[in-house]
Order: sequence, then structure tokens, then C-alpha cells
Amino acid sequence: MIWVDALVQGLLLGGLYALFACGLSLMFGVMRIVNLAHGDFAVLAAFLAYSLATATPLGTLGATLLLVPAFAAFGYLVQRGLIQRALTVGPLSTLLATFGLSIVIQNALLQGYSGDTRALNPGSLVSASLHLGGGIDVAYLALITFGLAVAVLAALQLFLKISRTGRMLRAASDDPGAAALVGADARHLYGIAAALAFGTVALAGLMFAMRSSFDPSIGPTRLLYAFEAVVIGGLGSLWGTLIGGMVLGLAQTFGAQYDPAFTLLSGHLVFLAVLAFRPQGLIPARSMS
Amino acid sequence: MTGHAVAAQAALAGQADKGTVKRGGRTAAWSAAGSGAAVAVLAYLPFAVFTSTTQTILTFFELVTLASMWNLLAGYAGLVSVGQQAYIGLGAYAVLAFSDWGVQPFLGVLLAALACAAIALPTSLLAFRLRGDYFAVGTWVIAEVYHVAVTRDNSLGGGSGRALTTLSGLDPTLRDAITYWVGLGVAVASVAGCYLLLRGRLGLALTAVRDNEVAAGSAGVDVTRAKRVVYLIAAAGTGAAGAVVLVSQLNVNPDSIFDVRWTAEMIFITVIGGIGTIEGPVLGAVLYTVVQRVFSGAGVWYLILLGSAAVAAAVWLPRGLWGLASSGRLRLSLFPIGYTVVPGRGAVDAAGFSRSGPGPRSPTRQGPDPESSG
Repeated sequence: MIWVDALVQGLLLGGLYALFACGLSLMFGVMRIVNLAHGDFAVLAAFLAYSLATATPLGTLGATLLLVPAFAAFGYLVQRGLIQRALTVGPLSTLLATFGLSIVIQNALLQGYSGDTRALNPGSLVSASLHLGGGIDVAYLALITFGLAVAVLAALQLFLKISRTGRMLRAASDDPGAAALVGADARHLYGIAAALAFGTVALAGLMFAMRSSFDPSIGPTRLLYAFEAVVIGGLGSLWGTLIGGMVLGLAQTFGAQYDPAFTLLSGHLVFLAVLAFRPQGLIPARSMS
Repeated sequence: MTGHAVAAQAALAGQADKGTVKRGGRTAAWSAAGSGAAVAVLAYLPFAVFTSTTQTILTFFELVTLASMWNLLAGYAGLVSVGQQAYIGLGAYAVLAFSDWGVQPFLGVLLAALACAAIALPTSLLAFRLRGDYFAVGTWVIAEVYHVAVTRDNSLGGGSGRALTTLSGLDPTLRDAITYWVGLGVAVASVAGCYLLLRGRLGLALTAVRDNEVAAGSAGVDVTRAKRVVYLIAAAGTGAAGAVVLVSQLNVNPDSIFDVRWTAEMIFITVIGGIGTIEGPVLGAVLYTVVQRVFSGAGVWYLILLGSAAVAAAVWLPRGLWGLASSGRLRLSLFPIGYTVVPGRGAVDAAGFSRSGPGPRSPTRQGPDPESSG
């Protein structure tokens, strides 16, 4: 029964990882870059929400509703103002610029909030849980997170598939030159991809912060989770990212069940095993579709 | 590739028409003499100054080694790794493990380098499945795996680390001096090693890969092999630096020796100094050490400033400070790798055109630049 519990909790945790990873997957799929500050932006969102929730009457929900669109707008600006410039310099520059950004965010948070761990209070949700019988309890928060993850991934998938902007995004991802010929403004499209990525990363950061405590230095660890989920699932495939997140969540909860010290290691080992035996990922995709 | 081809053709033409092909020239001779003198002065320092000074300079040696090795990886082979802290940690722990088996720790530094190269071989088989940006994060995950694996080994001190005790019999002053010389030796070997390596066949292969990976492959360059050799060498050098860190601190903590901050330092130093040049990491390490001394009281602000400088350098000054010095009118080059063609008067160049009078600026080829690598 313990293992069934681990299975359920692992799958639900995987939803959070997938939500967290879809921004990374999207930015890689469209712009072929990895944002090394991805985890730190999530932590930044968590700290801002913490401030908003404690200093204003907005509460955690209000802070979330405010921060997600704010981060999307912020993402557009970061893309147009910084990453786009780095892209024109070369592939190395985007990595270095986002890595520098990661260090800046971590230390700015350390300066502003000290190194103490914080937690975001989601209200009554934190203690409430659904009793499934057999000693298995599922926290409502975990269920909501999983539902949100599936909804966000489905919405992104639909957006890419159906909407005009989504189709142009896919076109720019496949061949920026040809897309430009038929009237796509790659820089604007890249900005939109970054906006989507930043919006989802803020949402994921807040859900993460409600689930477990956070401190300024935790961003890189979370970036690695997201990265592992993307690679396990298969590069550039959003549904693959969901599967990858769930595999990673399962690996971690099973590892923790065996020995708490194995939580992170078992996730890393599954990632390496996929790399060794199925480098294209579980659900490889040819492009962002 | 093209640079060398032009150089070779021009060399043939030069035999007939007195054009010349230069590698370096007077500045290179001067810089070789200058470098030799600088190393001699540095080697003499333990006799002349206090231990606190030599310890600062020892840290500088570690940084030069680390940055040079990262530069070799990222600037020349296009392998941007964010997981080089793996080899710092493994190098440090290797010295610890070897000393448990009775190996003298200073000799252990050499063995640690070899051990890191040996570990890097299977690691590269996994890591090389990822390309570009994904390689960067993949190496980071692998470094975390080594971190956790070392933490699980209780004979090496588990999660809290352990002290190196086999050097306690030595007189502290002598021990510090020997550590300093070992650090100097490792740093000189790294920089000189990079220089010799890049002048040779491997450097030619890497230049070709940088210019066009597919074309290089079709011309017979074993691209993966060239990259793998660089990865192993960088692992060995980084491991040696990690070993020096342990020997100088006499204590190791897994969380700090496997910290990604080490790689952050390598990246900052290399990018600000000038990636893809031999001189850049050395210049960057000098600057970094000075800035660190000046702003040591500023704490967190110092790191914010450094991160911002790295972002700015990556976007607006991609060739770093040395890139400024080596381009434009100055054309400064202390460690020339490429060739410069200086056509003679009336020389017939490779394309068969007769040139009279001062022709257009001769084609030059300096070390690989970061823009097109990777």
C-alpha cells in the first residue's frame, strides 16, 4: 500500500514538474535555447508572491492572478531586450547571458530576503486532502496542481495547433527564414514564446512554493528537475514533457520510499538511463506539434 | 581550415615570390620571454613574501587553471559545460582517497588529474548524446550525480566531508611553499598545454570544426574524437585544480567542492577576459582576483555586479577584453595560434593575381572566436 501511495503521489508530483518544464520545452522548441535562469525566475515569482500575500490584502490567489500575467509581460521584455540580442551574437551568448542572470537573481533575492526559507500559504488547502481509502490521502493542492498542469499543457498544445500565432510560432521554429518570407515577425513571435514560458514558470513557481518551502538558492535545483522532465519526455514535445515529468516524479517518490537520501539521485539516474538507452526521449517529436 | 589552407598556398607562393607566412613574430618572442620571467618571479615569491600573499596568488593559479580549461572546452571545442565542478570535486576527493592508500598528496595531484581523465571518458559517452544548450545542463546533472555519489561514501566523510591529515607531518611554511609551487606548476602546465595543443594537429581540427562541422567531417576530421580529447584534457586540468584546492585547504566539504559556483567563476573569468583566446582567461583571472580583493567587503552586491558584468559581456562584448586588445589596430597576440600571410612586393598570391604595391590587408586567422563555435 505504501508503494501505491508512492505511485499516486509521484504521478501528481509529475504534473507539477511538467507545468514547470513546459516553459523550458517551449523556449527550446521555438528558439533552440535553454534559459539557465528558468528555475530562478520561478523562485523570484515565489518571493514576489510571498511579499504580495503578506503585505497586501490580495492573498495568495490574488497574488497568483496578478503575477502570472505580469511575468508573461516581463518575459516578452526580457526576450526582446536581452535574449534576442544574445541570439544574434551566437549560441554561446544566450547560455552565458541567462547564466549571469541566474546569478544576479539569486544574489538579489539573497540581498532582499536573506537566506531564510519561506513558504507560501495557500489558505485552507494546505491541510485539506481527499481520502481515497486504504490509507491513501491526496492533498487537494496536489490535485489542483495536476489539473492545472494538464489544462495548461492542453491549452498550449491547442494554441500551437489551431491559432494563427501558434502556427506562425511553429513555422518560425521550423525555418525562421521561410517564416519571415511569408510575413512572420520572428522577433515578435520569440517574444510571445518567452511570454508563455515566463507565465507558466511563474505559475509553476507559485504552485511549487505552496507545496514546499523555498529559499533564494533553490532555483538551479529546480531548473534541473525541469530539464530532466523535458529530456526524459523527448525534446520539443509538450505531451512528452508531461510523461517525462510523471516519470521523474515517480522515480523521486519511489526513491524516497526506498531511502529518503535517494530522492534526488533516483531522478538523476532515471534521466541518465534515458540518455543512455533512449536518447530521443520517451515521446520524441519532430517539431513543436 | 581555410586559414591554414591559405597559409599553405601562400607559403608555396612565397617560396617563389618572397611572400612570407608568419606565426607570431616579434611580440610572440617577447611574450615568451616575458612569460618565462614572470613565472620565474612567481616561483621565487615564497622566499620573499608572507604566506597570506602567496595564498592569494595560489587562488589566482587555481582560477587561471580552471578558466583556461573551461575556455579550451567552450571557446575552442564549443562544449559549453556547466558541470565542470564535477571534476573539481572528483579531483579533490581523488587526492583524499589516494592518500588513504598511502600516496603522498602532492604526487596525488598528478594522479587525481589522471583519475579525472579516466572518469571523464565514460562520462563523455553519456554527455555527448546531448548537444549545445542541452549538453550544458546535462553536464550539470551529471555533476550532481557525482556529488550525491561521493556524499554516500562514508569512508570519504559522507555529507560533512573530511580533512586531509597525511600532510600534517610537514612544517607548515614548507607545506605552503610546496603547495604554492604545485599550484604554479599546474597553472603553467594548463596555459602552456592549451597553447601547444592548439598549435598542433588538434588545434587545426578544432578550427576546422568551428568553421564548418559538416565540412570538417567530410574532409576527414574526426569531430567527435577531437571534442572528446578536449573534454578529457579539460577534466584532467580541472581535476588537478580541485586537487590543489584540497591540498591548500586541507579539508573538503562535498557541498562546497561540488558547488556550481566554481563553474560560474570559470565562466565569468573566461567571458570577461575573452573567450576563445589563450590570453583571455589569464587576463580575466588577474581582474577577478583584483576585483575580489577590492570588493571583498561588498558581499552579495559583488556577486550581483559580477553576474551583470557577465550578462553585459556575453551580449555586448562577446570576445571579452582581450578581444578588444587583439582586434582593431592593436592586433595584440601573446600566444599566436593562427598564421598571418604577409605578401611580398609583386608576389603572385594563391589566386594567381599579381599584386603590386601595398595590397589589401593580409588575411589573418587568429584563434577560434566564440560566435561561430558550438
